[in-house]
Amino acid sequence: MSNLPADLKYTKSHEWVRTLADGTVEIGITDHAQHALGDLVFVEVPDAGRVVKADEPCAVVESVKAASDVYAPIAGEITAGNPKLAAEPEVVNADPYGEGWLMRLKPAPGALAAAALLSAAQYQQVLDSEGD
Amino acid sequence: MAFIPHTEADVAAMLAALGVARIEDLFDEIPPELRLKSLAGVPEALNEMEIGRLMSERARADGIALSFLGAGAYEHHIPAAVWAITTRGEFYSAYTPYQAEASQGTLQLIYEFQTMMARLTGMEVANASMYDGASATAEAALMAVRSNRKSKSARILVPLTLHPHYRRVAVATAANQGLRFEELPYSTQEGVISAAALAPYEAEDITALIIPQPNFFGRLEDVDALTDWAHARGILVIAVVNPTALALLKPPGEWGARGADIAVGEGQPLGVPLSSGGPYFGFMTTRMEYVRQMPGRIVGRTLDAAGKQGFTLTLQAREQHIRRAKATSNICTNQGLLMTAATIYLSLLGPQGLMRTAAAAHARTRELTAALTRVPAVRLAFAGPCFHEAVLQLDRPVVPVLKALASRGILGGLDLSTYYPELGNALLVCATETKTSADIDRYRSVLNETLQGVRAA
Amino acid sequence: MPVPEKVIFEYSRPGRGAIDQWPHETAPAALADLPAKLRRTHPPELPEVGELEAVRHFTRLSQLNFSIDTHFYPLGSCTMKYNPKACNQYAMLPEFLARHPLAPESHGQGVLACLYELQEMLKAVSGMEGVALSPMAGAHGEFAGVAMIRAYHRARGDLKRNEIIVPEAAHGTNPATATMCGCVVREIPVTSSGDVDLEALRSAVGPQTAGIMLTNPSTLGVFERRILEVARIVHDAGGLLYYDGANLNAILGMARPGDMGFDVIHMNLHKTFSTPHGGGGPGAGAVGVGARLLPFLPIPVVGREGERYRWLTEVDMPQSIGRLSAFMGNAGVLLRAYIYMRLLGREGMRQVGEFATLNANYLSKRLQDAGFEAAYPQRRASHEFIVTLRRQARDLNVTAMDFAKRLLDYGFHAPTTYFPLLVPECLLIEPTETENKDTLDAFVTAMSAIQKEAEQEPGRVTSAPHTMPVRRLDDVRAARQLDLKWKPTAQP
Repeated sequence: MSNLPADLKYTKSHEWVRTLADGTVEIGITDHAQHALGDLVFVEVPDAGRVVKADEPCAVVESVKAASDVYAPIAGEITAGNPKLAAEPEVVNADPYGEGWLMRLKPAPGALAAAALLSAAQYQQVLDSEGD
Repeated sequence: MAFIPHTEADVAAMLAALGVARIEDLFDEIPPELRLKSLAGVPEALNEMEIGRLMSERARADGIALSFLGAGAYEHHIPAAVWAITTRGEFYSAYTPYQAEASQGTLQLIYEFQTMMARLTGMEVANASMYDGASATAEAALMAVRSNRKSKSARILVPLTLHPHYRRVAVATAANQGLRFEELPYSTQEGVISAAALAPYEAEDITALIIPQPNFFGRLEDVDALTDWAHARGILVIAVVNPTALALLKPPGEWGARGADIAVGEGQPLGVPLSSGGPYFGFMTTRMEYVRQMPGRIVGRTLDAAGKQGFTLTLQAREQHIRRAKATSNICTNQGLLMTAATIYLSLLGPQGLMRTAAAAHARTRELTAALTRVPAVRLAFAGPCFHEAVLQLDRPVVPVLKALASRGILGGLDLSTYYPELGNALLVCATETKTSADIDRYRSVLNETLQGVRAA
Repeated sequence: MPVPEKVIFEYSRPGRGAIDQWPHETAPAALADLPAKLRRTHPPELPEVGELEAVRHFTRLSQLNFSIDTHFYPLGSCTMKYNPKACNQYAMLPEFLARHPLAPESHGQGVLACLYELQEMLKAVSGMEGVALSPMAGAHGEFAGVAMIRAYHRARGDLKRNEIIVPEAAHGTNPATATMCGCVVREIPVTSSGDVDLEALRSAVGPQTAGIMLTNPSTLGVFERRILEVARIVHDAGGLLYYDGANLNAILGMARPGDMGFDVIHMNLHKTFSTPHGGGGPGAGAVGVGARLLPFLPIPVVGREGERYRWLTEVDMPQSIGRLSAFMGNAGVLLRAYIYMRLLGREGMRQVGEFATLNANYLSKRLQDAGFEAAYPQRRASHEFIVTLRRQARDLNVTAMDFAKRLLDYGFHAPTTYFPLLVPECLLIEPTETENKDTLDAFVTAMSAIQKEAEQEPGRVTSAPHTMPVRRLDDVRAARQLDLKWKPTAQP
């Protein structure tokens, strides 16, 4: 059973979203995703300043068996990519919801409200239906 | 003979275990209208003696002529040990090293090959080889588009001094992915990219510039100036180089202030026979910062569970078998056997052997052009320095001259009139270390006789 | 167990190596015309070793490998059949090796005759109207095939057709190829019996369909039973059918892709026609086409006029998708395939299909009798079949990868693992027709022994291999700490 903090929002493509105090959001991949990928060997995060649309692939997480795109859950402008991950991709495996955050984004006006993000319970349903 | 070892008893036992009466019953899921009665259009089997005889007859019919052809495939002496070892069953009949523990021989060899090619080109990292120099060039263009973050145009500048076949392969391979190849004119006086050719692109969004060295005419391009021009404009530099030449010429990693970004070329000169054009291998090297955009296989050194050194394929997540539609390329092979031959060749020659081979090729070509231009109807097309190949111009069409030479057992070179009509009656000639002074003199003498016999235009 | 080698550079000593072997021109005057700014400032850093050192090093490296010449190699989808020595010997006759690709046709009628006859035989076994030999690998042939499909539609002015349908079980090169050709990939499911889902196919086709890429028998090791229906659905929608020839060995001499409705095929000469795998290449991916696609074949193609052979180029074939190789593809590989096909002859082709299928079915049955779970037990095996070790993974924590590594200790190269992705913990097993019954039985014995170890002493399996030159390698470390070329270690 994977770890699912109740205070975060989720997507069907296994990203999580945390709203920060200053109105920006922090984005990463879930415990389920990091477990499925296995030990990460490389992470590519977007540059600050890049404008992304909802569902646009904007990061890549790579293990020995797979390289997966990470999709922007909402539209907005990237404010930061996690600089730690270039040298230590394994942080995503160890702490996917904390130190292993991938990127931070300033949502486009109205984007956060309009986004169809899942609650922890809804995301758990997605996992259950995929079959573990 | 299909190399099938089954006895009748074996077949009976196997059919019994399966509970079927005949082997044909195992095909009962194939719709009957698709099942063949017999294979028309395929002759009856030959045994080994018979096919040996046929192949020997055909080989004899082709013979071996005295050849002065270059143009992307070069005749060099291949030490006997190269293919004696390369055709060992353990190399010849081994598969791709996916099960690393059972393939340490192949994997270590690839690691050594990667090291040698990186060093030879002066670049930071190499892959395990590609199909040939032309497809490596096409893949380099695709890689440049992926790697050049500053450019969106996917426009690639391609000099006309790059091998005509390479240019065509690049278009056939990459045009479907939205790349635009724009041709850079050359100076018909100098035989190199003209400085003026770059002028229209001063302020344009260009993704990459391809620089051949030596170029198709054997001429040496001004690689430093071209590299710096490109880098000043955020354009990536793709070097297309001859590996033998790299024993003497400045490697792409040292071109200009920052060095080329990607270096590719045809590896055939390194221990691979001419063999009517293949199999050869392409090499590709680049900077570490682009390694994840580089297609093809890569071997890395790591440790095993007991802490011992070992080798394995790495960075496979970029490749087709994992990334599928998002792969860097669909390439699923490296030219393993040829890369093996090249690694052994380079080990046998070492720096001295390769430098001497290159120097001898250069000297022989100079001797050839000097000898041939003593014939009145022949002159050198370009005055500037060239390496192991040169363009001559005749006073009459080249094709009949070559035909006459061929009938006397000499392959005089490549007629350029279909590729470069602006050069007139042009002939590309090459002499490597395999040609002696006697060979060269024979060419001169037969050419002389031929030109007296064949009418001037 | 052989001791792993040092890297060749570690044997290097300045001045080692037989200088007198090489030409003598090093006089500066010989190079005086090369401008200094274009010259190397220091010699290339290649190893300096003697000939014996090099021979010994590379010979010992070869001894670290498994190969068909030394081991049973049941890699599904790879067709690791015996590579006859005669094919190598006669392809390497000195005249064939010495011929320059641009030598005139007058000096190449012998090799051109071989290549022309190869084209004809490949047409015959595939049921196609035309064949081109220049693609240099299977994936390269795939590229040519999809490019031809695209060119065909564009030539008809049908520019909307840019979608390629691919079953979800397809080999990774298929979607990668479609993307390389500027097409969009649409995946469709397969049914639980291993056939393409016809309902899903009907929904997927339309005016945007350029074509479908299929293997038959499929990557699941079973024959696509309703292939004629699949062909009809796709053709009726205006699309074309592409055949991935990776599994041609199963039906060689028994059935032809052209008769199934395929418009274009690639054949892996390094699989079905036994050219050497060489540690990863060179391959050759000849393509065959039906009449519709003939004008688009990649050049050059060998043509015949009376008794003379010549190359057909862009001049002869203006609608060709173009040139894919600097010269004419992997001629030396093509010669090996030619010799092999002549050795097989008409009856031999059929025997290949028959015995590859017999061996696969027999091995599958014996493994099932020994308690292993086949993925499609109700189907006939083609030339390969899938065993799933999901029970072992679930109940014993021993995976397909663990079995694969332990098989190495038993002297067998592992089958293909984890492909196709659809079947969990799978082994895709292809014995080929050149293996005898004793070898197959020995393989079953080994698998049974490993099963027993998995039940009683699982650690032995999960930490395998034990008897190879190296233990299991840390591929995570390999990807995180990239060591891709040798560097001398710093002296203390």
